[in-house]
Amino acid sequence: MSSPILKLIAQRVALGIVLLLAVSVLIFAGTQILPGDVAQAILGQSATPESLANLREQLGLNDPAYVRYFHWLGGALTGDLGTAMSSGQDIATSIKGRLWNTLFLAFWAAIVAVPLAIILGLIAVRYRNGWVDKLISGLALASTSFPEFFIGYVLVYFFAVKWQIFPGISTVYDGMPFLERMQAITLPAAALTLVVLAHMMRMTRAAILNVMQSAYVETAELKGLSAFNVIRKHAFPNAIAPIINVVMLNLAYLIVGVVVVEVIFVYPGMGQYLVDHVTKRDVPVVQAVGLIFAAVYISLNIIADIAAIVANPRLRHPK
Amino acid sequence: MADSKANPGLLLDIRNLRIEATVFPPGEPPKNIVLVHDVSLTLQKGKVLGLIGESGAGKSTIGLSSMGYGRGGVRITGGEVILNGRDILKGGKDGFRKLRGREVCYVAQSAAAAFNPAHRLMDQVVEATLLHGTATRAEAEKRAVALFKKLSLPNPETIGERFPHQVSGGQLQRVMTAMALCSEPDLIVFDEPTTALDVTTQIDVLAAIKDAIRDTHVAALYITHDLAVVAQVSDEIMVLRHGRLVEWGGTRQIIKEPRQEYTNALVSVHEIEHAEQKPGTTPFLSVKNVTAAYGRSHIKVLKNVSVDIYPGQTLAVVGESGSGKSTLARAITGLLPPEEGTVTFDGRPLANRLADRPKEDLRQLQMIYQMADVAMNPRQTVGTIIGRPLEFYFGIRGRERNRRVAELLDKIEMGKGFVDRYPAELSGGQKQRVCIARSLAAKPKLIICDEVTSALDPLVAHGILELLLELQKEENVAYLFITHDLATVKSIADSIAVMYRGEVVRYGSKSQVLSPPFDAYTDLLLSSVPEMEIGWLEKAIKGRRMASAGN
Repeated sequence: MSSPILKLIAQRVALGIVLLLAVSVLIFAGTQILPGDVAQAILGQSATPESLANLREQLGLNDPAYVRYFHWLGGALTGDLGTAMSSGQDIATSIKGRLWNTLFLAFWAAIVAVPLAIILGLIAVRYRNGWVDKLISGLALASTSFPEFFIGYVLVYFFAVKWQIFPGISTVYDGMPFLERMQAITLPAAALTLVVLAHMMRMTRAAILNVMQSAYVETAELKGLSAFNVIRKHAFPNAIAPIINVVMLNLAYLIVGVVVVEVIFVYPGMGQYLVDHVTKRDVPVVQAVGLIFAAVYISLNIIADIAAIVANPRLRHPK
Repeated sequence: MADSKANPGLLLDIRNLRIEATVFPPGEPPKNIVLVHDVSLTLQKGKVLGLIGESGAGKSTIGLSSMGYGRGGVRITGGEVILNGRDILKGGKDGFRKLRGREVCYVAQSAAAAFNPAHRLMDQVVEATLLHGTATRAEAEKRAVALFKKLSLPNPETIGERFPHQVSGGQLQRVMTAMALCSEPDLIVFDEPTTALDVTTQIDVLAAIKDAIRDTHVAALYITHDLAVVAQVSDEIMVLRHGRLVEWGGTRQIIKEPRQEYTNALVSVHEIEHAEQKPGTTPFLSVKNVTAAYGRSHIKVLKNVSVDIYPGQTLAVVGESGSGKSTLARAITGLLPPEEGTVTFDGRPLANRLADRPKEDLRQLQMIYQMADVAMNPRQTVGTIIGRPLEFYFGIRGRERNRRVAELLDKIEMGKGFVDRYPAELSGGQKQRVCIARSLAAKPKLIICDEVTSALDPLVAHGILELLLELQKEENVAYLFITHDLATVKSIADSIAVMYRGEVVRYGSKSQVLSPPFDAYTDLLLSSVPEMEIGWLEKAIKGRRMASAGN
C-alpha cells in the first residue's frame, strides 16, 4: 500500500462524510416543510391553546430551525435518535432489533444472490449468444420485470399455500432458534434474490464482454487456455470494478429497498417500521430511519469505490 | 504424411489455404468475402519466413491460421495446415488448444495491449508452459529469467515481478518474445512486433528477436508491412496482396531482383526526389524560446524551443515519441498556451490562447492529423466536411460552395462522385485526402501535418506525400511536418528540426542536418532507420554511439 492509494481512499471517505451531512440537512429540512404541527399531532384536536404552547416549549419547537437541527444531529451522533411520538418509545431501542432483522435477511439474500449472479454471468459469457446465454438472460430479465410483490405472492401461493413447505408469514422473535429463523426468512430471501439477481448478472456479463475484445484475451486464447479459464483468469479480474459497483448498489437495495417484501411477509424489519410510522406521521422516526438508510447507502458506495481503487493494479503498484 | 517423411526438416506445410469472413455492410444483406485465396507455403525447421504486404493482404490471417485461430468470425474454409506432419484443422477445438502455446506461440504487435494489466509479468510468461505441463513452475521461471537475460532486459531476475504498466513498450515487446519462447515451441508467429515502437527502440528489439531465433533454433513466421525490417530477420520472404500470393523467394532475391511489378513498387517506395528550397529572407512564422508544460506539472515538455517557417516551404520536426513534437504543434496553434516565449506570425505576436485569437488567425493555421477517420464527423458527407471551412471562414454558400468543393476534390485527385459519400465509405488514403482538402479550403499559410502518413500503408503514404508536395507548389502553402519517420523527412522537408526530450538538438536546412558531423542523438536516429540491405542490422548495432531513450 502506497501513499497515492491511501490519499484516494481518504478522499472517498471524506467525501462520504460530507455527503452524509448534506443528506442529514435535506432530511431535516424535508420533514420541516411537511404540513402539520407536532404538538398538535401529539395532543390531538381537543387540546387547549395553553397546553399546545406548553408542549411546544417543552419540545423546543420554538427554537430556530438550525438550533433544532444541530440538537437532532448531535443526538443522532451519540446514539440518541429521540422518542417516537406515536408510542413514546425510545427510537434507538426499537430500531436496534429491526435493523438486526433487516441485516439478517439482507445478508442471507446476498449470500445466495451475489455468487449466483456472478457465476450465471460468467456462464452467459462463456456461451455468449448461444441458447444458454439467451435462457439465462431471458429468465433473469423476466424475474426483474415482475414487480416484487407479484413474485412474493407467487412464492407464497406455491410454497406456503399449495405445498406448505415454508411459512407465508415470516414471524421472527428474539431467542428464536437459528434453523427456525432461517426457515422463516426463506421466502422473503428468495423473493429478494430474484429481484436483484438479474441486474448483477447482466452487469457481470456486460462488463466481462467489454474486456473480451481486448488483445490480452486473444493472447490467453493463443496460449491454449480453455474458454472458461480465459474468462475467469483474464477477463474477470479486469471487469471487477463495474461488477463490485453494481453488487454494492444491490446490497444497498437489499437493506433500504425491501419495504414491499417486508410488508408482504409481515417481516419485522426496518421497512415495516418505516411504513408504519409514515402512516402515523411520526416525524422523528421517519428522520431516524431516513438517516440510517442514507448512511447504509453511502457507506456501501464508498466501499465499492475503494474496492475499485484497490482492484486497479496501476494504483496499487505505481511506476 | 508421405511428404514429411520425404522431407524430415519440414515443419509447416500450408496447402491451398482459403479463409472467409462474413461482412455486414450497412443496408445490405450479409455476405461472404474471401480473405485468403488458396495460398500455399512451406517452412523448414529453424527457418524464418517473412510475410509482407499492405493492410488487407491477409498476412496476419495466414499467420494465425497456423494456430487454427481466426480473429472475429474469420473462418478457415478450405485447404490443409500441416504442422509437424498432421493436419491441425482436423484436430478440432481440443487439438487447437493443445498446440497453442506449446507447438506454436504468438507475439502481438502491441505487447502493451497483449499483456493482462491485472497480472504480474512472470505469471503471464510461464502460464502457457505450466498449462501444457512441459515444466514445473520453478523450471519455467528459471527458463524465463534466462530468456530475459538473452533478450537483454534490465534486471532479468526481478523484472518478472512487475506489472505490465511498470515496464516500457520496447521492454514489454521483448518480454512478450520471452513469453513465446518460454514453452520452447517449434514455431513463433511474430505479428508486426516492432511496428508500434520508436525507430530507435525498434532496432534493439529487432536485434534481440533475431538473436533469440538464432540461438533457440525456433522457426518463425515474421509478419510486417516493412520490407526493410523483414529483410533483416528472414531467410525467405513471401509478398501478399489482397489475400493472394504475389511473389515468394529468398530474401536477397526479393529485395534485389524482384520479379513482380508490385514487389518492385514495395521495394522502391520511399524514393521521392525533392530538391531543397533555400530559406527566404523573412520567415512568416517564428517560434521564439517557447517553453511549455501540461497542467501545473514541473516537467517541461518543451524547453526553450525556437524555429522559423518560411512561406511555401516545409519544416520537418523529427523525434521519437515523447520528444515534444506534437506539443510544439499544440503551442503554435494555441491549444496549449506556452508558459514562456512567443509565436510571431507576419511580424506580430499571436495570442497565446486559442480563445483569444481572431478568426483570421485561426484560418491561417490549419491542421491534419494522424488518424484521419477520427478527425472527421462520421455523420457528415465529404461535401459537408470540405464545405464547412468555406462557410465558416468566407461565408461561401450554395452553388458557389458546391463549385469550390468540386474544385478541391479535383485537387486531391478524387472525383465529384465522392461529394455524397460518408467517411466510413472511404479508404484510409482517401480519408487523409479529404482532411487535406478540408485544411486547404481555408486557404491557410501554414498546414501542420501531425504524423499524417504514419497510419497508412507505404504505397498510400507515398501518394499522400506526392500530393502534399504538388499542392505546395500550386498554393504556396507552408508545412510544419511532424514525423518520426526519417525517410519521409528526406522526401518532403526543406529544413529540419530534430527534437529530443523537449529540446531542439539540431536545426537547419535539410542538407545541413543530414550531413555529418552529427550530434549523438541525430546519429542514433539516422542509424536506426532500417535500410533494405541484408546485414544492415548488425552493422547499425555495432556503429551506435548512444543507447535509445526507450530502454
